[in-house]
This record gives sequence, structure tokens and C-alpha cells, in this order.
Amino acid sequence: MIRDFFRVMVVNLTTGRTNIENIPGRDEFLGGSGLAARLFEIYGFIDRDWDDPEQPLIFTIGPLTGYFPLMSKTCCAFRSPYHNQYTESYAGGKSALSLRFADLDALVVIGRAERLTALCVGSRRVETRDVEYLRGFDALQTGRVLRKIFPGSGRRSIMRIGPAGENLSAYACINVDTFRHFGRMGGGTAMGVKNLKAICILGDRGFPLPEGKAYPKLYKHIYEQLTTTEMMAKYHGLGTAVNINPLNALQSLPWKNLQQTSSPDAVKISGETFADDTLLRNAACAGCPVGCIHVGFVREQFQTNNQYLYRQVGYDYEPIFSCGGMLEVTDASEVLRILDVIEKEGLDCMSAGVALAWATEALEKGVITEKETLEPLKWGDSETYMRAAEHLGRPDNDFYRLLAQGTMKCAREYGGEDFACVLGQEMAGYATGEVFFVAEGLGFRHSHLDAGGYAYDQKHDEKDVDKALGFLLKDGRERIVLNCMVGCMFSRGVYKEDLLAEALASIGYGELNGSLDDIGKRVQRMRWRLRLQMGYRPDEAKIPKRYTEITTWKGPVDVDYMEALRRAYAARILEMGAAPEEES
Amino acid sequence: MKALRAARMERCIGCHSCSLACARQVHKVLSWNKAGIRISSSGGLTTGFEARICLACRPAPCAAACPTGSLSQRRDGGVIQKKDLCIRCGQCAEACPVDAIFLDHQVNPYVCIHCGQCVAYCPHDCLEMVELPRASAKEEGNDD
Repeated sequence: MIRDFFRVMVVNLTTGRTNIENIPGRDEFLGGSGLAARLFEIYGFIDRDWDDPEQPLIFTIGPLTGYFPLMSKTCCAFRSPYHNQYTESYAGGKSALSLRFADLDALVVIGRAERLTALCVGSRRVETRDVEYLRGFDALQTGRVLRKIFPGSGRRSIMRIGPAGENLSAYACINVDTFRHFGRMGGGTAMGVKNLKAICILGDRGFPLPEGKAYPKLYKHIYEQLTTTEMMAKYHGLGTAVNINPLNALQSLPWKNLQQTSSPDAVKISGETFADDTLLRNAACAGCPVGCIHVGFVREQFQTNNQYLYRQVGYDYEPIFSCGGMLEVTDASEVLRILDVIEKEGLDCMSAGVALAWATEALEKGVITEKETLEPLKWGDSETYMRAAEHLGRPDNDFYRLLAQGTMKCAREYGGEDFACVLGQEMAGYATGEVFFVAEGLGFRHSHLDAGGYAYDQKHDEKDVDKALGFLLKDGRERIVLNCMVGCMFSRGVYKEDLLAEALASIGYGELNGSLDDIGKRVQRMRWRLRLQMGYRPDEAKIPKRYTEITTWKGPVDVDYMEALRRAYAARILEMGAAPEEES
Repeated sequence: MKALRAARMERCIGCHSCSLACARQVHKVLSWNKAGIRISSSGGLTTGFEARICLACRPAPCAAACPTGSLSQRRDGGVIQKKDLCIRCGQCAEACPVDAIFLDHQVNPYVCIHCGQCVAYCPHDCLEMVELPRASAKEEGNDD
């Protein structure tokens, strides 16, 4: 629906009331990331903690959502339980198209329900249901029940949490339609603290298209680009798991709690091995013909006399790195079994894997004992890791309770900070070098997707601080524009500025085109300002000692270069976030 | 005369590109509902996908139920739709044995007209057009 304002549904779980707000600013904030920051400015509180009931949980889409292929993701923004500052997370599944066809630019949830609740919204619907009977249900079981109690099969999205979100883990995720997630920074707990077990979005409307041939012709062109070119083929084929072998060859694959950056056993959990031995089928987010969801198949004998069960477990590069390589689990099926447990608990698999890797090394070094870990954690021992993941989701003792709040928080208490692989949050799967470590360590949402530092490392071995910094800022800003649309990051090679402008014009947003770069800068500053106001000190961000001890294809990490880049980036962040508000 | 068949749904990835193509090209709308083909899971995403489409009945119960001739029998199967004759009574959707007709909020019916424009937009070649057996001279039906 083309509008020059944002149509926002605001649901108050405390009062039970819902409002539809028409909020101006399409030409200033565009949608997605920009709209989310604007909505947090309106509905959020700088001076209250993340768990204040009035803090908003925000879901936004952008002007191109549903109109073009791979404009298929949703931005989720909230004050994070992980660091008590503003953050974002992105997911597809059917969430983005469901919001589009529910005729909403954004859904904002404020307040806290008295009992565990499920919310259903659609173009002509908003209701809450008491689902206290689902307390403790895992994320997959929850989806099965929700499918029955709300209508709309085939045209809805079901976003739900597992026990980890109910138990307020700082890295509980939101499961979106089984195979995708708002994974990182604790979105699941942003729901859980509101007693919100699930949100069902019914995409039950449609809209007239602009007259003429420009739009369908452009759709066809973009569809062809995204389904026939080489650059997308890897996502469709092996998926992101294709990265295991090349990163291993570059000695950039974090392995065994980053004690190593490669291993001869990596091939056993490569994308090729996963495909050959476990790949059942692909699936897609709605609106994406590339279909990068890879579903692995595990067969298990659970009882004597030939009693088998089967599991379908989504896998990607990051889950394999965190729950395979970091734990030295080198059997693909065993990695899938660990991922299945984590999926059900509703934990972010990246943080869970890295946390358990730290715990394994800490146990090995005698920093902690089995009194804390409850299990004899051992590299490669998948059964033990599966039980440990459950301890983490529940959590079953004070140690796991603290570990579920963040690996570094736990290490500060028990010891072992030097080898806690935390760059703002538990690391992503790239030991490519200094630029990535700084990019993730200081980045806006501590994600490898904030800016392509991991790609820069692989192409540059010159130690040029200004050049690297310039890259991080420019690349970061370009990604922000895509995050406002909201496009899948995998399409960034196709949706360059020219094509985005053409796309916007073809559906009636042509007048925005002059200002895409300005909007990118504005949103970049807004997001930093929000985080800095909530206490972020990038100049105090630390990169743990483990990162100074590793070797990549370029040789040992250059600590001086890394520190110089860290200081320079921190200084720029402080500048960007301190910029005064523009006069409206 | 051909009909659309969802012949290889075991390959379906649930991208909805077919629905979006039908809505865009045939009905000139942005929608995954207002289309002659609609995709849903068979009961959760782990069970795979099914496509709800017109199965090209002859005789077509929806045409029989239509009081104005907005839906009329297509010679070899399925219906021809003339939207300006539609009075939005909704009887066609009720008559369809496989729930292939979608009614929007204003009770406008959307049904597959077997034009095949969606086929090119399936990345996995799940859809195809097949030749229908020709209706004999005795059987009633319009030319296409």
C-alpha cells in the first residue's frame, strides 16, 4: 500500500487496547530500520531499563516489501536484555509479507500481559488469547498449537518463543515460521518479559497495483536477475554452509572456542557434506524465489526393536560454526541434533554454541567445575552438549542462569574472560582478521551483517586504518538503506542504488529517490544516538585476549592495527551519535 | 485446451512467487490471496506445501451455481470468468469441492483461469500446463 505516512498498529498488553496511528515521515525514515528507530523515539524510554513494561517491541517493513523478490524481511527493534541498549534483529519467514498484507507498516507492542498471551493481528483483526497452558512449551510445539487456534493457513506468520524467552535469557530468540528467527540480542526475551508467547500475523488483504507495465516488467527483470545469476546460486545450492571449506582454507574458521582457526576435520561438517548426507529439501521466505533455507534430515533410533524417529532441522553457516566447529562436533547429524534442541529451547544458536564452547574450555582449565556445568562437557561430545543446551534454556542452576545472560557476564564472575569469544555479543563465525573483530565488536547490532568487515579482511592485507574505517562506514550505510526497504542482505549485490531507485519509482515512490543517501545517513545517526543515549561507550569496548592470539592466512593478528582501528571507529561512532537533531 | 496442474509440489519451497505472479499479471493486484493459485503448508512447514487451484472440472459446480453467468463452463474443463457480470453472491466458492475459489473482503471471487502465467515464476518448475481431453460434441460447453 503506497502511502507517504506509516500505518502503525500499537497494541497495549496492559490495557488490552489497540490504536492505529498514522505517523508521518516516509520521506525522512523510509521504513524498516529507519521507521523502527523513529518508533522507538516515540514509544521507547531512554531512562528506563529493557524490562520496563512500557518499552516497545517493534516490527517494521518497508516501501518495497512484497513488491519485489527478496524484499522479504522484517526489522524487529527493542531495548535489548543483553546490553540494555537499543538494538535490531532481522527475519523473514512469512513475517514481512504477512505484515504487508495485514496492511500494516509496523506493529508495536507495549505493556505487559498478566498471563501468558498470544496476539493475533490482521487487516481486520486484533485479539489476544490466554495461552498460559503453553507455558514451558518449546518453540516448535508452540507453533503446532498456534496453527490450530488462529485462522489463516498459507497466509500468516507465527512468531513464537520457547522456554528460553519465558525464562528471560539475554539471547533467547523469536522463532518465525519454524525455520527462521529474530535470532540475536534477546528478542525472545523482549517478548517473554511481556508474557507474550506468540504473535500471529494474518496477511489477509491485497492492494491495487499502479497502472501500466513498468512494475510487472521490472519485477520480471529483477526476478530473472535473482534466479539465474551466479551470485545467488550459492545461496540456493549449498546455502551459506558453502562457506565452511573456503574459510577453513583461509585459516579463518573459528574452531574449538577459537583455539584454532582451521581444522582437518572441517570438511566433515562442510556445506558439501551437509548436502550430501543430510539435505532433505530447501524452503523459502515468502517472497523469495532463491529459497536459501536448508532443511537437514536426521534419523534416530530412540528405542530398541527398530523404533526410529526423524527430525527436520534447518541449518546454515552460523549454526554449523557455533554448534559444530566451536564445539568440535564433527558429525553433521550430531550437529543437527544439537541444533534441534537449541531450536526447541528458543535460544539463539550462535550465542548458545559459543557460550558452551567457553564453558567447555573453562571446565577443561579448571576455572569452573562440574558443579557449575552439571555435565562433563567435552569437545565433540554432542549428547552432553544437548543436555547442556537444555540447562541453558531452563536454566537449571545459577551458573547457567548467568551464562544465559551472556558469556562475558558469566566469565567476569567465574573467570576466563580472556577466552570468552564475545565481540559485543557472542561472536559470529569469522576469524578473518582485525577488521572483522573491530566491526563486530563495535558494530551497531554486533552482527557480521552490520558491515562487511569479514569480506574486507579476506581481500585486504594492507594495514590501512583510514581505508578500513572508510569501508566500514560506507558499507554500513549502504546496508542501512537496504534495511529500510526491507531487503534480504543476500540481495545486496543486485539491489544497488540505481535499481532501488527504479523499483521505488515503478510503484509510486519516485520522489524519495533524491534522498536515499540522506536517509541512510540520518538513520545511521539516529540508531547510534539511541544506543549512546542508553549508555553505549564504544571507546570502552574490549576485544578479548583470545583474538590477539590467533593466526589467519595473513599471519598473526596485528594487535596495534586492531587497536588503532578500534579507537578510530569508536571515535566516529561517538561523532555520529552525538549529531544534533535536524530541524524538522 | 490446457489446465494448470501443480504436478511437482514435493519440490515446492513455499516462496509464493506463483501467487504473486497471478495477482500481479492477471488481476493487477499485490496479494498472495487474490490469485488463482494459493500455497499453504500441509500442516506446518515440515510437512511440505500444497497448492490450492482449480482442478478444471467438467461440469463445473461453480458455473452451475453462478446465477448470472459470470462463471461459465469452459469447453474442456474449468471456467471462463467475466468479472463485470459478478454480483458477489459467493455461491461459486461454496460450490467448489476443493476450495479453489478465493473470496476477498468484498466477496470478489478469484479462480484459476488456466492461463499459465504463473508457471514461469516457479523457481523449481513445480507447475505445468497439461492438455485436457477434448469434450465430445454432445457435452455442453463454450468454445475457449
